[in-house]
Amino acid sequence: MSVVTNTTTIGAIELPSRRNTELLLLGFAVVIPVFAYLNVGLAIDGKVPPGMLGYGLGLGLLAGVAHLVVRKFAKYADPLLLPLATLLNGLGLVLIWRLDQSPRIIARYKTFSPDAPNQLMYSAIGVALFLLVLMFLKDHRVLQRFTYISMMVAIVLLLLPLVPGLGADVFGAKIWIRIGPFSIQPGEFAKIVIAVFFSGYLMVKRDALALASRRFLGLYLPRGRDLGPILTIWAVSLLILVFENDLGTSLLFFGMFVIMLYVATERTSWIVMGLLMAVGGAVVVGSFATHVQSRVAAWLDPFECLKTAPERSNMAAACDQMTQVLMSFGSGGVLGTGLGQGNSDLIGFAANSDFIFATVGEELGLTGVMAFLLMYGLIIERGIRTSLAARDPFGKLLAMGLSGAFALQIFVVAGGVMGLIPLTGMTMPFLAYGGSSVIANWALIAILIRISDTARRPAPAPAPSPDAEMTQVVRP
Amino acid sequence: MSELTLTVMRLGFLAVLWLFVIVAVQVIRSDLFGTRVTQRGSRRQDTRPQQNARQAAPATPPQQRGQQGGGRQRRGAPTKLVVSEGTLTGTTVALQGQTITLGRAHDSTIVLDDDYASSRHARIYPDRDGQWIVEDLGSTNGTYLDRTRLTTPTPIPLGAPIRIGKTVIELRK
Repeated sequence: MSVVTNTTTIGAIELPSRRNTELLLLGFAVVIPVFAYLNVGLAIDGKVPPGMLGYGLGLGLLAGVAHLVVRKFAKYADPLLLPLATLLNGLGLVLIWRLDQSPRIIARYKTFSPDAPNQLMYSAIGVALFLLVLMFLKDHRVLQRFTYISMMVAIVLLLLPLVPGLGADVFGAKIWIRIGPFSIQPGEFAKIVIAVFFSGYLMVKRDALALASRRFLGLYLPRGRDLGPILTIWAVSLLILVFENDLGTSLLFFGMFVIMLYVATERTSWIVMGLLMAVGGAVVVGSFATHVQSRVAAWLDPFECLKTAPERSNMAAACDQMTQVLMSFGSGGVLGTGLGQGNSDLIGFAANSDFIFATVGEELGLTGVMAFLLMYGLIIERGIRTSLAARDPFGKLLAMGLSGAFALQIFVVAGGVMGLIPLTGMTMPFLAYGGSSVIANWALIAILIRISDTARRPAPAPAPSPDAEMTQVVRP
Repeated sequence: MSELTLTVMRLGFLAVLWLFVIVAVQVIRSDLFGTRVTQRGSRRQDTRPQQNARQAAPATPPQQRGQQGGGRQRRGAPTKLVVSEGTLTGTTVALQGQTITLGRAHDSTIVLDDDYASSRHARIYPDRDGQWIVEDLGSTNGTYLDRTRLTTPTPIPLGAPIRIGKTVIELRK
């Protein structure tokens, strides 16, 4: 009870670099996908799959090189980010390979080409970008110089799919651009670029946004002139929604902005305003765009909608997919049917990209789904921990923005696939088939690792205070 | 491939997946970094238990009254006193309306183990409005608020360093 007994001394801990922990987990993260690969092979063909050794070596090589570069260039980085990303990427490859083996999916296409080798190539490019970012971005604060340039770049990237001749309309959503044989989803890269802009902008403007406000009905309302940026972002995300028919991307950008505003200003009013604006925008757009309408119908009651929707219409396709996905999750049960033994290939189109989580749900069951969600959760937790530990406000906001974007993306995809919210065409980071997504997410992890390295690096000893001498003299 | 093998593999795979998650969470647990908290003063309590009891007993009732007084705790008022430099770095004392005495004397609230401090060096107490005041008790080397030596009882701004010898104290929210 006494004051004296409660006193504690708080001292800094000499921080280990934890690179060996990372190596151990990384080994684990390579072995698990190889095990999964073996399991799929045995379940489908009854024999050990031929590519197992090569596949395991390939994944191990990528992970090993990444580890060595982290050890050299980001010694104090967080030990969990790299193994978690590697494991998710590896398991994603196995799941895509598993769907490649499905006779139903092969029969859907006249010329079927397996997606797994492409995804392996994209993963390699992603890891290469990861390495480049770690090697050349020595200090994340350099990015602060490009605040307004990154705003322009982000807006250009977001609006690029609308350029005639460049943008490609793939099944309703115009989020792709086509350059030669490649199609790229610029939104995935814009996610990172716009986080840089938000952090740089909010770092400068946070005080104006937080303090110059009037109180009204218990909410702090910002001044009219401070509303400019949030209105602009809202308008841009509505533009994406209206012209690109992409609910996911617009939700991601607007949500990310609201999260970062809240973190920078600590004002709940931003969240309330953000939610109101998002709901308002969604309702208005939802009542016009047919693409969105069919998604909403498929969300509200997929089985009813499948019966009533006109044959061979877009709506029928959307509802059919949704029913298959729900059946898939349902037949998985608690423990799942086992890898390679489910029927999630009935989903057909986009089974290995937007709906890959349904395969997890069917073949690994609720237990597996929870493990996957926890792994994503751990990545997000490490990102937010990095943000808490970062010593500079720009790094704090950037880490928060990147992990917020990651979290939102997972919420939007997982929630959409499980029928919690209307489905939006986004990819599960690392897991789903899609080059842009894998490459962009590896870059995102690289930036988080760079910030966490700076944050966890032991601080240099503080300079001796000039005031100290004054009080430490013995006077006669 | 036999049904049994596949079942074992399926359950084994889930187990391995969860094992990874659990190991990762363990890493986080062992990776809580930043500061280490060591309990102090247990020794002091052993040697002088009666003194502490005596100190604590009269101090408790006014603390509670102060908390329940309602409205007296202004917004932005400091809630704790933190030693930010010196041998007692990291010590915190909750501010609950009691007077805090500082000095080398054993019955001070904060016993300074500092050659430059006097036995009854200074005290920190709240005035009638709840504003915290620091007063030098005629010490040899003086008490400094920010960089000025105190001559009269002075209100303490939030976060302003109070220097006593090698020790620096500040009030925080």
